[in-house]
Amino acid sequence: MDTSPTATVPGYPMPRAAGCPFDPPPAVEELRAAPLAKVRIWDGSTPWLITRHADQRALLNDPRVSIDDRRPGFPHVTAHRAGRAHSTPRMVTNTDAPDHTRLRRMVTGPFLVKRVEAMRPAVQGIVDRVIDDMLAGPRPADLLTALALPVPSLVICALLGVPYRDHAFFHHNSSRALDRSLPPEEAEAAGQALIGYLDRLLREKLADPADDTLSDLGARVTAGEMSHDEAVHMGVALLIAGHETTATMISLGTLALLRDPGRLAALRERSEDPKAVAGAVEELLRYLTIVDSALRRVALADIEIGGATIRAGDGLLFDLAAANRDPDAFTGDPAALDPDRPARHHQAFGYGPHQCLGQSLARLELQVVYGTLYRRIPTLRLAVPFEEIEFLPDGITYGVRALPVTW
Amino acid sequence: MRVEIDEPKCVASGQCVVASPEVFDQRDEDGVVIVLDAAPAPALHDAVREAAAVCPAAAIRLVLE
Repeated sequence: MDTSPTATVPGYPMPRAAGCPFDPPPAVEELRAAPLAKVRIWDGSTPWLITRHADQRALLNDPRVSIDDRRPGFPHVTAHRAGRAHSTPRMVTNTDAPDHTRLRRMVTGPFLVKRVEAMRPAVQGIVDRVIDDMLAGPRPADLLTALALPVPSLVICALLGVPYRDHAFFHHNSSRALDRSLPPEEAEAAGQALIGYLDRLLREKLADPADDTLSDLGARVTAGEMSHDEAVHMGVALLIAGHETTATMISLGTLALLRDPGRLAALRERSEDPKAVAGAVEELLRYLTIVDSALRRVALADIEIGGATIRAGDGLLFDLAAANRDPDAFTGDPAALDPDRPARHHQAFGYGPHQCLGQSLARLELQVVYGTLYRRIPTLRLAVPFEEIEFLPDGITYGVRALPVTW
Repeated sequence: MRVEIDEPKCVASGQCVVASPEVFDQRDEDGVVIVLDAAPAPALHDAVREAAAVCPAAAIRLVLE
Protein backbone atom coordinates (compact mmCIF):
# COMPACT_ATOMS: atom_id res chain seq x y z
CA MET A 1 0.00 0.00 0.00
CA ASP A 2 1.23 3.46 -0.85
CA THR A 3 1.47 5.40 2.38
CA SER A 4 4.00 7.97 1.18
CA PRO A 5 3.15 11.59 1.92
CA THR A 6 1.47 13.36 -0.96
CA ALA A 7 4.40 15.77 -1.22
CA THR A 8 6.45 12.96 -2.81
CA VAL A 9 4.02 12.53 -5.68
CA PRO A 10 5.84 14.02 -8.68
CA GLY A 11 4.31 16.83 -10.66
CA TYR A 12 3.10 16.30 -14.23
CA PRO A 13 3.90 17.31 -16.91
CA MET A 14 7.58 16.80 -16.18
CA PRO A 15 10.52 18.77 -17.63
CA ARG A 16 12.63 17.40 -20.46
CA ALA A 17 16.38 17.05 -19.98
CA ALA A 18 18.54 19.96 -21.13
CA GLY A 19 20.10 19.22 -24.51
CA CYS A 20 17.67 16.35 -25.29
CA PRO A 21 14.74 18.18 -26.88
CA PHE A 22 13.47 15.12 -28.79
CA ASP A 23 13.41 12.79 -25.79
CA PRO A 24 10.60 12.36 -23.25
CA PRO A 25 11.37 13.65 -19.74
CA PRO A 26 13.75 11.17 -18.04
CA ALA A 27 11.49 11.02 -14.98
CA VAL A 28 8.59 9.87 -17.16
CA GLU A 29 10.67 7.10 -18.70
CA GLU A 30 11.76 5.94 -15.23
CA LEU A 31 8.09 5.43 -14.34
CA ARG A 32 7.87 2.60 -16.90
CA ALA A 33 9.50 0.41 -14.21
CA ALA A 34 6.02 0.01 -12.68
CA PRO A 35 2.66 -0.29 -14.42
CA LEU A 36 1.13 2.58 -12.46
CA ALA A 37 2.39 5.72 -10.75
CA LYS A 38 0.53 8.62 -9.20
CA VAL A 39 1.37 12.09 -10.47
CA ARG A 40 0.17 15.51 -9.37
CA ILE A 41 -1.45 17.75 -12.00
CA TRP A 42 -2.28 21.47 -12.12
CA ASP A 43 -5.34 21.31 -9.82
CA GLY A 44 -3.55 19.30 -7.11
CA SER A 45 -5.31 16.05 -7.98
CA THR A 46 -3.26 12.86 -8.30
CA PRO A 47 -4.34 10.68 -11.24
CA TRP A 48 -2.47 7.56 -12.34
CA LEU A 49 0.12 7.87 -15.10
CA ILE A 50 0.30 4.89 -17.47
CA THR A 51 3.57 4.67 -19.37
CA ARG A 52 3.90 1.13 -20.79
CA HIS A 53 2.84 0.42 -24.36
CA ALA A 54 0.94 -2.81 -23.54
CA ASP A 55 -0.86 -1.30 -20.52
CA GLN A 56 -1.94 1.72 -22.55
CA ARG A 57 -3.38 -0.51 -25.27
CA ALA A 58 -5.29 -2.60 -22.75
CA LEU A 59 -6.71 0.35 -20.82
CA LEU A 60 -7.49 2.62 -23.79
CA ASN A 61 -9.65 -0.18 -25.18
CA ASP A 62 -11.28 -1.07 -21.85
CA PRO A 63 -15.00 -0.23 -21.61
CA ARG A 64 -14.46 0.49 -17.88
CA VAL A 65 -12.33 3.49 -18.92
CA SER A 66 -14.23 6.65 -19.92
CA ILE A 67 -13.39 9.83 -21.84
CA ASP A 68 -16.49 11.61 -20.46
CA ASP A 69 -14.94 14.75 -18.98
CA ARG A 70 -18.08 15.64 -16.99
CA ARG A 71 -17.51 12.69 -14.64
CA PRO A 72 -16.04 13.38 -11.19
CA GLY A 73 -12.36 12.50 -11.04
CA PHE A 74 -11.67 13.26 -14.70
CA PRO A 75 -8.12 14.71 -14.87
CA HIS A 76 -8.59 17.83 -16.99
CA VAL A 77 -5.65 19.19 -18.98
CA THR A 78 -6.17 22.85 -17.98
CA ALA A 79 -8.47 24.99 -15.83
CA HIS A 80 -9.93 26.29 -19.09
CA ARG A 81 -10.97 22.81 -20.22
CA ALA A 82 -12.26 21.91 -16.74
CA GLY A 83 -14.43 25.02 -16.82
CA ARG A 84 -15.80 24.18 -20.24
CA ALA A 85 -16.63 20.50 -19.64
CA HIS A 86 -20.28 21.09 -18.77
CA SER A 87 -20.98 23.60 -21.54
CA THR A 88 -19.27 21.70 -24.38
CA PRO A 89 -21.82 19.68 -26.37
CA ARG A 90 -21.53 15.93 -26.63
CA MET A 91 -19.02 15.12 -29.36
CA VAL A 92 -16.47 12.50 -30.37
CA THR A 93 -13.91 13.87 -27.94
CA ASN A 94 -16.03 13.50 -24.78
CA THR A 95 -18.35 10.51 -25.27
CA ASP A 96 -18.01 6.74 -24.86
CA ALA A 97 -19.63 4.00 -26.92
CA PRO A 98 -22.37 3.74 -28.09
CA ASP A 99 -22.83 7.57 -28.38
CA HIS A 100 -19.25 7.95 -29.52
CA THR A 101 -19.59 5.30 -32.22
CA ARG A 102 -22.68 7.02 -33.66
CA LEU A 103 -21.08 10.50 -33.57
CA ARG A 104 -17.77 9.33 -34.99
CA ARG A 105 -19.39 7.55 -37.91
CA MET A 106 -21.00 10.89 -38.88
CA VAL A 107 -17.59 12.42 -39.58
CA THR A 108 -15.54 9.47 -40.85
CA GLY A 109 -16.66 9.88 -44.50
CA PRO A 110 -13.94 12.30 -45.65
CA PHE A 111 -11.24 10.31 -43.85
CA LEU A 112 -11.82 6.96 -45.57
CA VAL A 113 -8.47 5.55 -46.65
CA LYS A 114 -9.49 5.48 -50.33
CA ARG A 115 -10.81 9.07 -50.21
CA VAL A 116 -7.64 10.31 -48.53
CA GLU A 117 -5.49 8.42 -51.04
CA ALA A 118 -7.47 10.08 -53.86
CA MET A 119 -6.27 13.43 -52.46
CA ARG A 120 -2.60 12.52 -53.00
CA PRO A 121 -2.19 14.37 -56.33
CA ALA A 122 -3.86 17.49 -54.88
CA VAL A 123 -1.66 17.37 -51.77
CA GLN A 124 1.44 16.88 -53.96
CA GLY A 125 0.35 19.96 -55.94
CA ILE A 126 -0.03 22.00 -52.75
CA VAL A 127 3.38 20.89 -51.44
CA ASP A 128 5.07 21.68 -54.78
CA ARG A 129 3.49 25.14 -54.93
CA VAL A 130 4.42 25.95 -51.33
CA ILE A 131 8.02 24.86 -51.96
CA ASP A 132 8.08 26.97 -55.18
CA ASP A 133 6.97 30.00 -53.16
CA MET A 134 9.55 29.33 -50.45
CA LEU A 135 12.34 28.98 -53.04
CA ALA A 136 11.24 32.25 -54.67
CA GLY A 137 11.23 34.05 -51.31
CA PRO A 138 14.00 35.38 -49.07
CA ARG A 139 16.71 33.31 -47.43
CA PRO A 140 16.84 32.38 -44.61
CA ALA A 141 13.19 31.42 -44.29
CA ASP A 142 11.12 30.22 -41.34
CA LEU A 143 10.12 26.69 -42.37
CA LEU A 144 7.24 26.77 -39.90
CA THR A 145 5.44 29.72 -41.51
CA ALA A 146 6.76 29.14 -45.05
CA LEU A 147 5.84 25.44 -45.33
CA ALA A 148 4.93 23.50 -42.18
CA LEU A 149 1.80 25.56 -41.40
CA PRO A 150 0.64 26.39 -44.95
CA VAL A 151 0.60 22.77 -46.20
CA PRO A 152 -1.80 21.24 -43.65
CA SER A 153 -3.77 24.49 -43.42
CA LEU A 154 -4.39 24.52 -47.18
CA VAL A 155 -5.38 20.84 -47.09
CA ILE A 156 -7.80 21.09 -44.14
CA CYS A 157 -9.27 24.35 -45.49
CA ALA A 158 -10.05 22.66 -48.81
CA LEU A 159 -11.51 19.60 -47.07
CA LEU A 160 -13.63 21.55 -44.57
CA GLY A 161 -14.52 24.48 -46.83
CA VAL A 162 -12.77 27.13 -44.69
CA PRO A 163 -11.27 30.13 -46.55
CA TYR A 164 -7.48 29.86 -46.38
CA ARG A 165 -7.19 33.68 -46.27
CA ASP A 166 -8.29 33.39 -42.60
CA HIS A 167 -5.31 31.18 -41.70
CA ALA A 168 -3.54 33.75 -39.50
CA PHE A 169 -6.72 34.15 -37.45
CA PHE A 170 -7.44 30.46 -36.90
CA HIS A 171 -3.83 29.50 -36.33
CA HIS A 172 -3.33 32.23 -33.71
CA ASN A 173 -6.50 31.27 -31.84
CA SER A 174 -5.87 27.50 -32.09
CA SER A 175 -2.45 27.92 -30.49
CA ARG A 176 -3.85 30.09 -27.71
CA ALA A 177 -6.85 27.87 -27.02
CA LEU A 178 -4.45 24.95 -26.42
CA ASP A 179 -1.71 26.84 -24.53
CA ARG A 180 -1.35 25.51 -20.98
CA SER A 181 0.63 28.59 -19.92
CA LEU A 182 -2.19 31.06 -20.68
CA PRO A 183 -4.69 32.25 -18.06
CA PRO A 184 -7.98 30.32 -18.50
CA GLU A 185 -9.91 33.42 -19.56
CA GLU A 186 -7.48 34.09 -22.44
CA ALA A 187 -7.62 30.49 -23.67
CA GLU A 188 -11.41 30.67 -23.34
CA ALA A 189 -11.52 33.88 -25.43
CA ALA A 190 -9.45 32.21 -28.16
CA GLY A 191 -11.74 29.16 -28.10
CA GLN A 192 -14.82 31.38 -28.30
CA ALA A 193 -13.33 33.28 -31.26
CA LEU A 194 -13.00 29.97 -33.14
CA ILE A 195 -16.53 28.90 -32.18
CA GLY A 196 -17.93 32.23 -33.41
CA TYR A 197 -15.96 31.92 -36.66
CA LEU A 198 -17.16 28.35 -37.38
CA ASP A 199 -20.71 29.34 -36.41
CA ARG A 200 -20.70 32.07 -39.10
CA LEU A 201 -19.15 29.71 -41.66
CA LEU A 202 -21.67 26.95 -40.94
CA ARG A 203 -24.55 29.43 -41.43
CA GLU A 204 -23.03 30.41 -44.78
CA LYS A 205 -22.79 26.73 -45.80
CA LEU A 206 -26.40 26.12 -44.74
CA ALA A 207 -27.50 28.99 -47.00
CA ASP A 208 -25.16 28.07 -49.84
CA PRO A 209 -23.89 24.47 -49.60
CA ALA A 210 -20.65 23.44 -51.34
CA ASP A 211 -18.82 20.14 -51.81
CA ASP A 212 -17.02 20.19 -48.46
CA THR A 213 -17.21 18.70 -44.97
CA LEU A 214 -18.76 21.77 -43.28
CA SER A 215 -21.60 21.63 -45.81
CA ASP A 216 -21.99 17.89 -45.03
CA LEU A 217 -22.21 18.75 -41.32
CA GLY A 218 -24.79 21.41 -42.22
CA ALA A 219 -26.84 18.80 -44.07
CA ARG A 220 -26.83 16.61 -40.94
CA VAL A 221 -28.06 19.59 -38.89
CA THR A 222 -30.88 20.14 -41.40
CA ALA A 223 -31.72 16.41 -41.27
CA GLY A 224 -31.93 16.57 -37.45
CA GLU A 225 -29.00 14.18 -36.94
CA MET A 226 -26.94 16.68 -34.98
CA SER A 227 -27.51 20.11 -33.45
CA HIS A 228 -26.05 23.32 -34.89
CA ASP A 229 -23.88 23.66 -31.78
CA GLU A 230 -22.53 20.11 -32.16
CA ALA A 231 -21.67 20.76 -35.82
CA VAL A 232 -19.87 24.00 -34.91
CA HIS A 233 -17.79 22.28 -32.21
CA MET A 234 -16.98 19.41 -34.59
CA GLY A 235 -15.85 21.96 -37.18
CA VAL A 236 -13.58 23.66 -34.63
CA ALA A 237 -12.09 20.31 -33.58
CA LEU A 238 -11.40 19.30 -37.19
CA LEU A 239 -9.86 22.66 -38.05
CA ILE A 240 -7.54 22.69 -35.02
CA ALA A 241 -6.58 19.01 -35.24
CA GLY A 242 -6.17 19.30 -38.99
CA HIS A 243 -3.40 21.87 -39.07
CA GLU A 244 -1.67 22.27 -35.71
CA THR A 245 -0.48 18.68 -35.29
CA THR A 246 0.70 18.04 -38.84
CA ALA A 247 2.50 21.39 -38.93
CA THR A 248 4.35 20.38 -35.79
CA MET A 249 5.33 17.01 -37.28
CA ILE A 250 6.65 18.71 -40.43
CA SER A 251 8.79 21.25 -38.57
CA LEU A 252 10.01 19.00 -35.75
CA GLY A 253 10.57 16.06 -38.13
CA THR A 254 12.66 18.25 -40.42
CA LEU A 255 14.66 19.53 -37.44
CA ALA A 256 15.31 15.95 -36.24
CA LEU A 257 16.48 14.96 -39.73
CA LEU A 258 18.65 18.07 -40.16
CA ARG A 259 20.35 17.07 -36.92
CA ASP A 260 20.99 13.58 -38.27
CA PRO A 261 22.42 14.22 -41.78
CA GLY A 262 23.09 10.53 -42.49
CA ARG A 263 19.42 9.68 -41.93
CA LEU A 264 18.34 12.69 -43.98
CA ALA A 265 20.60 11.68 -46.90
CA ALA A 266 19.29 8.09 -46.75
CA LEU A 267 15.70 9.32 -46.80
CA ARG A 268 16.43 11.74 -49.67
CA GLU A 269 17.94 8.95 -51.74
CA ARG A 270 14.81 6.86 -51.23
CA SER A 271 12.35 9.72 -51.84
CA GLU A 272 10.84 7.89 -54.81
CA ASP A 273 10.23 4.69 -52.79
CA PRO A 274 6.78 5.08 -51.19
CA LYS A 275 7.39 2.22 -48.73
CA ALA A 276 10.63 3.73 -47.48
CA VAL A 277 9.05 7.17 -47.08
CA ALA A 278 5.99 5.70 -45.32
CA GLY A 279 8.29 3.78 -42.96
CA ALA A 280 10.22 6.95 -42.17
CA VAL A 281 6.94 8.75 -41.42
CA GLU A 282 5.93 6.04 -38.92
CA GLU A 283 9.32 6.12 -37.22
CA LEU A 284 9.30 9.93 -36.97
CA LEU A 285 5.75 9.80 -35.55
CA ARG A 286 6.98 7.31 -32.94
CA TYR A 287 10.25 9.04 -32.17
CA LEU A 288 8.82 12.55 -31.84
CA THR A 289 5.33 11.77 -30.40
CA ILE A 290 4.34 15.41 -30.62
CA VAL A 291 1.12 15.05 -28.56
CA ASP A 292 2.66 16.31 -25.37
CA SER A 293 -0.13 16.53 -22.83
CA ALA A 294 -1.13 12.90 -22.10
CA LEU A 295 -4.46 11.38 -23.08
CA ARG A 296 -6.97 11.69 -20.26
CA ARG A 297 -9.60 9.25 -18.99
CA VAL A 298 -11.45 8.30 -15.80
CA ALA A 299 -12.07 4.78 -14.46
CA LEU A 300 -15.72 3.70 -14.19
CA ALA A 301 -14.98 0.59 -12.10
CA ASP A 302 -12.10 -0.99 -10.20
CA ILE A 303 -9.49 -2.31 -12.63
CA GLU A 304 -6.61 -4.64 -11.78
CA ILE A 305 -3.45 -4.05 -13.75
CA GLY A 306 -0.01 -5.55 -13.15
CA GLY A 307 -0.81 -6.36 -9.51
CA ALA A 308 -2.07 -2.85 -8.77
CA THR A 309 -5.64 -1.59 -8.55
CA ILE A 310 -7.17 1.42 -10.21
CA ARG A 311 -10.30 2.46 -8.26
CA ALA A 312 -13.56 3.59 -9.79
CA GLY A 313 -13.40 7.39 -10.12
CA ASP A 314 -9.59 7.52 -10.42
CA GLY A 315 -8.19 9.73 -13.17
CA LEU A 316 -5.89 8.18 -15.76
CA LEU A 317 -3.18 9.86 -17.83
CA PHE A 318 -1.56 8.11 -20.78
CA ASP A 319 1.89 9.44 -21.68
CA LEU A 320 2.15 8.49 -25.35
CA ALA A 321 5.86 9.33 -25.68
CA ALA A 322 6.70 6.95 -22.83
CA ALA A 323 4.85 4.11 -24.59
CA ASN A 324 6.54 4.94 -27.88
CA ARG A 325 9.98 4.57 -26.23
CA ASP A 326 9.04 1.30 -24.47
CA PRO A 327 11.80 -1.28 -25.14
CA ASP A 328 9.24 -4.07 -24.69
CA ALA A 329 7.31 -2.77 -27.70
CA PHE A 330 10.03 -1.73 -30.18
CA THR A 331 13.06 -3.54 -31.52
CA GLY A 332 16.57 -2.12 -31.18
CA ASP A 333 17.17 1.05 -29.18
CA PRO A 334 13.86 2.93 -28.90
CA ALA A 335 15.78 6.12 -28.02
CA ALA A 336 17.33 6.15 -31.52
CA LEU A 337 15.72 7.47 -34.69
CA ASP A 338 15.83 4.52 -37.10
CA PRO A 339 13.57 4.73 -40.18
CA ASP A 340 14.16 1.03 -40.91
CA ARG A 341 12.59 -0.03 -37.60
CA PRO A 342 9.07 -1.55 -37.77
CA ALA A 343 7.19 1.22 -35.96
CA ARG A 344 3.68 0.96 -37.35
CA HIS A 345 2.26 -0.04 -33.93
CA HIS A 346 3.32 3.25 -32.32
CA GLN A 347 0.76 5.22 -30.34
CA ALA A 348 1.49 8.70 -31.67
CA PHE A 349 -2.16 8.88 -32.81
CA GLY A 350 -3.35 7.42 -29.51
CA TYR A 351 -5.08 4.06 -29.28
CA GLY A 352 -8.57 2.74 -28.68
CA PRO A 353 -11.82 3.99 -30.19
CA HIS A 354 -10.72 7.63 -29.91
CA GLN A 355 -7.56 7.16 -31.96
CA CYS A 356 -6.99 10.14 -34.29
CA LEU A 357 -9.78 10.44 -36.84
CA GLY A 358 -7.53 12.19 -39.35
CA GLN A 359 -4.52 9.89 -39.11
CA SER A 360 -4.71 8.76 -42.75
CA LEU A 361 -4.75 12.38 -43.90
CA ALA A 362 -1.85 13.24 -41.59
CA ARG A 363 0.15 10.29 -42.94
CA LEU A 364 -0.54 11.35 -46.52
CA GLU A 365 0.60 14.92 -45.88
CA LEU A 366 3.74 13.80 -44.07
CA GLN A 367 4.60 11.25 -46.77
CA VAL A 368 4.28 13.89 -49.47
CA VAL A 369 6.26 16.52 -47.53
CA TYR A 370 9.08 14.21 -46.37
CA GLY A 371 9.21 12.63 -49.84
CA THR A 372 9.40 16.00 -51.62
CA LEU A 373 11.05 18.68 -49.49
CA TYR A 374 14.52 17.17 -49.04
CA ARG A 375 14.63 15.96 -52.66
CA ARG A 376 13.72 19.38 -54.04
CA ILE A 377 15.99 21.29 -51.63
CA PRO A 378 18.94 18.93 -51.08
CA THR A 379 21.04 21.70 -49.48
CA LEU A 380 18.39 22.54 -46.86
CA ARG A 381 20.06 23.38 -43.55
CA LEU A 382 19.51 25.26 -40.30
CA ALA A 383 20.20 28.99 -40.54
CA VAL A 384 20.99 29.25 -36.81
CA PRO A 385 22.90 27.00 -34.40
CA PHE A 386 20.72 24.10 -33.17
CA GLU A 387 21.05 25.41 -29.61
CA GLU A 388 19.17 28.59 -30.59
CA ILE A 389 16.02 26.75 -31.66
CA GLU A 390 13.24 27.52 -29.18
CA PHE A 391 10.95 24.61 -28.23
CA LEU A 392 7.38 25.03 -26.99
CA PRO A 393 6.77 22.98 -23.83
CA ASP A 394 3.31 24.39 -22.96
CA GLY A 395 1.07 23.31 -25.81
CA ILE A 396 -1.02 20.24 -26.47
CA THR A 397 1.64 19.52 -29.10
CA TYR A 398 5.39 19.90 -28.64
CA GLY A 399 6.96 21.92 -31.40
CA VAL A 400 9.28 24.82 -32.18
CA ARG A 401 8.48 28.53 -32.16
CA ALA A 402 10.25 28.98 -35.51
CA LEU A 403 12.59 26.95 -37.71
CA PRO A 404 15.02 29.26 -39.54
CA VAL A 405 16.45 27.41 -42.55
CA THR A 406 18.47 28.28 -45.61
CA TRP A 407 19.71 26.41 -48.70
CA MET B 1 -7.41 -18.50 -40.69
CA ARG B 2 -10.89 -17.01 -40.47
CA VAL B 3 -11.44 -13.23 -40.12
CA GLU B 4 -14.25 -12.11 -37.79
CA ILE B 5 -15.38 -8.56 -37.16
CA ASP B 6 -17.05 -7.07 -34.11
CA GLU B 7 -18.78 -4.38 -36.16
CA PRO B 8 -20.24 -2.25 -33.32
CA LYS B 9 -16.67 -1.72 -32.09
CA CYS B 10 -15.35 -0.50 -35.47
CA VAL B 11 -14.39 3.20 -35.40
CA ALA B 12 -13.55 3.39 -39.10
CA SER B 13 -9.89 4.26 -38.61
CA GLY B 14 -9.15 2.34 -41.83
CA GLN B 15 -5.89 0.97 -40.46
CA CYS B 16 -6.87 -2.57 -41.56
CA VAL B 17 -7.24 -1.34 -45.14
CA VAL B 18 -3.75 0.14 -45.09
CA ALA B 19 -2.26 -3.05 -43.65
CA SER B 20 -4.16 -5.54 -45.81
CA PRO B 21 -6.12 -4.03 -48.71
CA GLU B 22 -6.76 -7.49 -50.20
CA VAL B 23 -8.81 -8.53 -47.19
CA PHE B 24 -10.35 -5.31 -45.83
CA ASP B 25 -12.26 -2.38 -47.27
CA GLN B 26 -14.41 0.43 -45.85
CA ARG B 27 -18.12 1.09 -46.32
CA ASP B 28 -18.55 4.22 -48.46
CA GLU B 29 -20.98 6.09 -46.21
CA ASP B 30 -19.17 5.84 -42.87
CA GLY B 31 -15.92 3.93 -43.28
CA VAL B 32 -17.00 0.89 -41.27
CA VAL B 33 -14.97 -2.21 -42.11
CA ILE B 34 -16.00 -4.62 -44.86
CA VAL B 35 -14.30 -8.02 -45.04
CA LEU B 36 -13.52 -8.85 -48.66
CA ASP B 37 -12.04 -12.27 -47.92
CA ALA B 38 -13.00 -13.97 -44.64
CA ALA B 39 -10.70 -16.95 -45.29
CA PRO B 40 -7.54 -15.33 -46.68
CA ALA B 41 -4.82 -17.37 -48.35
CA PRO B 42 -1.70 -18.11 -46.25
CA ALA B 43 0.32 -15.55 -48.23
CA LEU B 44 -1.89 -12.82 -46.78
CA HIS B 45 -1.77 -13.98 -43.15
CA ASP B 46 1.09 -11.73 -42.04
CA ALA B 47 -0.69 -8.64 -43.39
CA VAL B 48 -3.98 -9.73 -41.82
CA ARG B 49 -2.26 -10.23 -38.46
CA GLU B 50 -0.83 -6.71 -38.75
CA ALA B 51 -4.31 -5.40 -39.57
CA ALA B 52 -5.70 -6.99 -36.42
CA ALA B 53 -2.79 -5.67 -34.36
CA VAL B 54 -3.11 -2.05 -35.54
CA CYS B 55 -6.92 -1.91 -35.24
CA PRO B 56 -7.33 0.72 -32.50
CA ALA B 57 -10.67 -0.71 -31.38
CA ALA B 58 -9.60 -4.38 -31.32
CA ALA B 59 -12.56 -5.10 -33.61
CA ILE B 60 -10.80 -7.76 -35.72
CA ARG B 61 -10.63 -11.32 -34.42
CA LEU B 62 -8.58 -14.00 -36.15
CA VAL B 63 -9.71 -17.58 -35.66
CA LEU B 64 -7.02 -20.11 -36.45
CA GLU B 65 -8.40 -23.26 -38.00
